Amino acid sequence: MREVKLTTPLAEEDVRTLDVGVRVLLSGEVVTARDRAHRYLAREASPGELPFDLTGGVLYHCGPFVSEREDGTFELVAAGPTTSARMNIYVPDILRKFGVRAIIGKGGMDARVLAALKELGAVYLAAVGGAAQVLAAAVTEVTCGFKADVFGAPEGMWVLRVTEFPAVVTMDAHGRSLHEEVEAASKRRLEKMTAVR
Amino acid sequence: MDLVEPITELYRRMSCELPGDVAGALEEARRREKKDSPARDALETIIENVHLAREKTRPLCQDTGTPVFYVTRAKAMNEGEIREAILAATREATRRGYLRPNAVDSLSGENSGDNTGVDFPIIHVEEGTTEPLVIDAMLKGGGSENVGARYQLPVASLGASRDLDGARRCVLDAVQRAQGRGCPPYVVGVAVGGARDATAALAKRQLLRAIDDRSPLAALGELEERLLDESNRLGIGPAGLGGATTVLAVKAAAQHRHCACFFVEVAFGCWAMRRGRLIVDESGAHHA
Repeated sequence: MREVKLTTPLAEEDVRTLDVGVRVLLSGEVVTARDRAHRYLAREASPGELPFDLTGGVLYHCGPFVSEREDGTFELVAAGPTTSARMNIYVPDILRKFGVRAIIGKGGMDARVLAALKELGAVYLAAVGGAAQVLAAAVTEVTCGFKADVFGAPEGMWVLRVTEFPAVVTMDAHGRSLHEEVEAASKRRLEKMTAVR
Repeated sequence: MDLVEPITELYRRMSCELPGDVAGALEEARRREKKDSPARDALETIIENVHLAREKTRPLCQDTGTPVFYVTRAKAMNEGEIREAILAATREATRRGYLRPNAVDSLSGENSGDNTGVDFPIIHVEEGTTEPLVIDAMLKGGGSENVGARYQLPVASLGASRDLDGARRCVLDAVQRAQGRGCPPYVVGVAVGGARDATAALAKRQLLRAIDDRSPLAALGELEERLLDESNRLGIGPAGLGGATTVLAVKAAAQHRHCACFFVEVAFGCWAMRRGRLIVDESGAHHA
């Protein structure tokens, strides 16, 4: 597997050259967002009102386990990916509206998202579900918990500084999706196993 | 007898330490995957994560799940006190950072903040005869809960008739539909029976069984073995990235059913199959 190191903000040509199966080590800044934050970004927010810039940015489908230290700073207890499919309906609008270049999550996303990745020049990166300690170890700092007070801590948008966060490209900007391929192949095998004799 | 501290400790172990048989099955799975593949990478990461969580006493996964308890109590023990102790331990485990606050009021959308609420945690209590008190428990992740499925036999599209072969077809369909969304490799619990609430509870309870445990009923033992093999031949793989291990184990159980009803319930445990047991003897001493 080819391995590339990327640093945010990502340029369009950075992500357009990535293919399914490339191992990525991502450094810079990622912003967590799950169900509530996606509805907010797609339907309510405008780029100007966010305390961070998502142009060339990376959204991480994650509801982190964060605890507040006595001095008011935040400690990341655990931070693995959540299931991305729940965010399918919002992601194309968010990519368009904010110029996001990569989504990190688990389980992959649907055909509409795949088409939007191709059109707008963005990729989907799979992180390993449940690997919350390995992934938290790649986070060096939690700088901001936007809307955490309104949406609840796991649903808030946390800005994470990361160093060589490990993921793999599973949906690229050429219209290829490893998730789609695995699903189609498994469907064919299932049909064989359940054929009526 | 104080139960709050030992149950809090049970929470710590479940959240931070993967049971040895599950960790062993993951190591074995790693050997089966091709070198330099996404599947192999995923398992390397998973195994490193298991070590890191144990070392640092940190939750394996940020989703510390819904706690589910199966209590077998002695006749002399008061069920209410046991329930109170579980609730107090749940609050304490949340305070200590073993559990993320996961309990959300379905009406208001508010998080209770301490993992307690209506039917949260889930607590099953039955009266036992031998041990004074046995508490089995699991932390059931939400991603794997969402891919669970129920079928009502027959299912024409799967060629599934009202028998165990029909159940087999349903389980394979459920695994295929789950793909990588619930964090494979999975532990799969299966129940066949005729009442919706009973099959759902029985399927989930199968997730407590050890990885190498085989049903003592020959027909179910064979079903478990065949489903393990066939599920893995679907090729979904660790994290759903393709590969040889989609499922670590399949555990099946059956109930008598109403003659008109035939349900197949499929429960999924993620690879972080967090379960534990606490036994408290008559002197109040406790051990795992």
